[in-house]
Amino acid sequence: MSNDNNPEVKKDTSMLKQKEMIAGNYEKLTNAKELGLKTSSTFVPGNLNELTRCFDIVNNLPEINALGNAMRKQSGAMISDAEKMGHSEDVCTYVKADIGMMAKGNIAPNGKPMPNPDMLLLSYTGCYTFLKWFELLREQYKCPTVMLHVPYQGDGKGQITQSMRDYVVKQIKEEVIPTMEQVSGVKFDIDKLRELMRNSAKAEDNLVWVLQSAKKKPSPIDGYFGAVYYIGPIFSAFRGTTDAVEFYDLLRGEIQERTDKGLGPVTPDGEMGKEKYRLVTEGPPNWTNFREFWKMFYDEGAVCVASSYSKVGGVYDYDGFRHDPENPIESLAEYCLGCYTNRNLPERTKMMADYIEDYEADGLLINSIKSCNSFAAGELLMLREVENLTGKPGAFIETDLVDPRYFSPANVKNRLESYFQMIEQKRQAA
Amino acid sequence: MKCFIGIDLGSTTTKAVLMDEDKEVLGQGITNSRSNYDTAAAVSKQEAMISTRFTLMRRGFENVASAKDSMDDIMSSLERNFRLEQFREQLDDLRTTCKGFVTDDRFKANADATKAVLDTTFNQLNDEAAALFAPGAKRKSDFFRDIAGGSFMNIAEEEAKKADLSYDLLLNVYDKSIIKVENRPPAGDMNNKFTRAMENAVEELSALGLNADDFATAMTEGLDIELEETYVVGTGYGRVRLPFPKEHIRSEILCHGLGAHIMYPKTRTVLDIGGQDTKAIQVDTAGIVENFQMNDRCAAGCGRYLGYIADEMNMGVHELGPLASKATKVAKINSTCTVFAGAELRDRLALGEKREDVLAGLHRAIILRALSIISRSGGITDEFTFTGGVANNEAAVKELKKLIKENYGEVTINIDPESIYTGALGAVEFARRAAKGDLTGAEEQLGAA
Repeated sequence: MSNDNNPEVKKDTSMLKQKEMIAGNYEKLTNAKELGLKTSSTFVPGNLNELTRCFDIVNNLPEINALGNAMRKQSGAMISDAEKMGHSEDVCTYVKADIGMMAKGNIAPNGKPMPNPDMLLLSYTGCYTFLKWFELLREQYKCPTVMLHVPYQGDGKGQITQSMRDYVVKQIKEEVIPTMEQVSGVKFDIDKLRELMRNSAKAEDNLVWVLQSAKKKPSPIDGYFGAVYYIGPIFSAFRGTTDAVEFYDLLRGEIQERTDKGLGPVTPDGEMGKEKYRLVTEGPPNWTNFREFWKMFYDEGAVCVASSYSKVGGVYDYDGFRHDPENPIESLAEYCLGCYTNRNLPERTKMMADYIEDYEADGLLINSIKSCNSFAAGELLMLREVENLTGKPGAFIETDLVDPRYFSPANVKNRLESYFQMIEQKRQAA
Repeated sequence: MKCFIGIDLGSTTTKAVLMDEDKEVLGQGITNSRSNYDTAAAVSKQEAMISTRFTLMRRGFENVASAKDSMDDIMSSLERNFRLEQFREQLDDLRTTCKGFVTDDRFKANADATKAVLDTTFNQLNDEAAALFAPGAKRKSDFFRDIAGGSFMNIAEEEAKKADLSYDLLLNVYDKSIIKVENRPPAGDMNNKFTRAMENAVEELSALGLNADDFATAMTEGLDIELEETYVVGTGYGRVRLPFPKEHIRSEILCHGLGAHIMYPKTRTVLDIGGQDTKAIQVDTAGIVENFQMNDRCAAGCGRYLGYIADEMNMGVHELGPLASKATKVAKINSTCTVFAGAELRDRLALGEKREDVLAGLHRAIILRALSIISRSGGITDEFTFTGGVANNEAAVKELKKLIKENYGEVTINIDPESIYTGALGAVEFARRAAKGDLTGAEEQLGAA
């Protein structure tokens, strides 16, 4: 996910725009009391940003705070504070970084303290830890907590059934909206929701165009490290806004220009050299050593052409989902149900294999997260299965989200280089 | 002659293999990696060159009538005597370096006395050297540091006591000096050492009635062949330190895969347990890597683990396997952490369990970890090749065979006594292939090497 401390990929207009948007949101959050605004904490996957905006509630996303703190090299101290408070070494490091951030005064990147949230919106999409995380926050903030239970796509058929949809819709109507009305004092206006959703769909069209530009050779973007910056606005607090629409217009224009010039991705060190390997990645990137990690790829000419991580908030490309202003509540339900984290293992496997075919990639690389039991489970099986389905070699590395102790550069680099050489060796043998 | 070199810079040892254009391995060398990979690479390469000279000389000796029936004895004597020459040369270097350090303020009053003790110590070391390299003598290690270090400490302690000098000070001088000496590849003239070694070998084998002159021509010929370094490939953790371009560097996964394939062409699964890595590699029928897994985050179950356990038990690392093999039952060791395993070990011993049984349990723990990594890489396909330092440990091998049979049934298990060179062997084959396909880049590399 993106934040104001994003790696400076390049200072394009879109990037400056995104920086402004994020800084603006933190200003709004930290000045909420003065501005008379209510705030809500919620999660990235399948979030209900359009709905929250209907009530003028400002969104705070603890996951993004955690990864931002990791990029600013602050998460280590926060994690050790949380451990001192009794949270064990094996607990999700996003949670510990968040708890440690609170212990350190909950200071936002603009140097001002975050307000205590007026509500906790627990949309539960595939990650079991979310429940426990907000249980801890509820204990801390003693504010209304609304849980949107999104049923897991567990049947292995990759289908969202009508009853699943109905179940989520019912909760949105009967639990989520009334709580938001109560917290904000604002009456729900479905037309406002429709308007926001029209904006969402426009932005989503352009995002998909940008992500799919990686099908070209050379790819004009990096669909994993670079995509962190592309997905920022849509997966955080801006989906539905005109700002987000403008951002994706600008971005599309910039990528179009790169494509026209036949350029590859931009990296923190400038233009990337020759594209030698095209990879599909599963799992989030490591945040504590983001640039160092990325460099291990672009130094070797490896581009990530598609990733599951760029679908973690919601999946727009794979089965064409768009927020639908005509059926706003149903469409919100569909969005939550369809996000990547809520898909079962066979579906995720098929998706990765399809990406390898569609993007003409050399294979699947899994970055398994040490402190994430929810998603690390089954990843090796996934690797095997994708290898079988595509006949392309895969590789497996392990790092962590925001705990700097679990990023071992020598080990990661060793495995990556071995993998790239393995691809090369296979090509020569073919 | 054109030759190719592969260097494997491991965490504990650095290995080099030299190959000719016909894919024949002519020599191999090994040294401890120290903290200096540049020197380790240079020394291992020099050792591989020396070993190549022996091979070439042996070929020449085939034509010497008097050598025919006792070739193995001659070669073994020649090599031992060469090593002795080499050892003495380094010992001299160490003596000079040690004495060089006795100029410090700390020695003002005792400088002369300290130098005298050093001379006595080194004289004694020099005298004892011959016995270390005598026929049938067992050395606890082949590395200069290990052989010289132990003896130095014993002798110097005694001598310091006699001269009423501080042993700690001497030890400090030694510690500083050994690092310097170790990081300075032996620079003495090779040909002289070979010649003197041959003279001593002839004398040692006087019963055979050999004549040094008979060997002179063959020796000169063997030494005069120019070994033209056509292409060098490096691998292992220190590979980025190798002074040549990126194209000359290969991942150790690929090198171990290919090396195992060369040793045993039917290999499909490779397990390598080195100093800090355990690698499980799946290769196809051509030795091309299909999949791999390595230990992550933790090096428990690798060679260093055994080193730690050996220290805990006050034993040499090579003594662990033989003792564990005497076990009558296998103690259960659960810990996946090296340090905790040490604690578990002490606990078991305190409870009265036998050392050999506890050690057997530790070996089983190592192999169980390795099997987990193997299964993550895709399991075992026949044939299976086990490489790396731990492959020389009989207790580990015994446990591995047992567990493979339980989990995968009948599988051919290959273990080569020279398996420590597997990575370097793969590297040298990559070098040979690269040179065959494309010789550009070799010139710049030759300039650098």
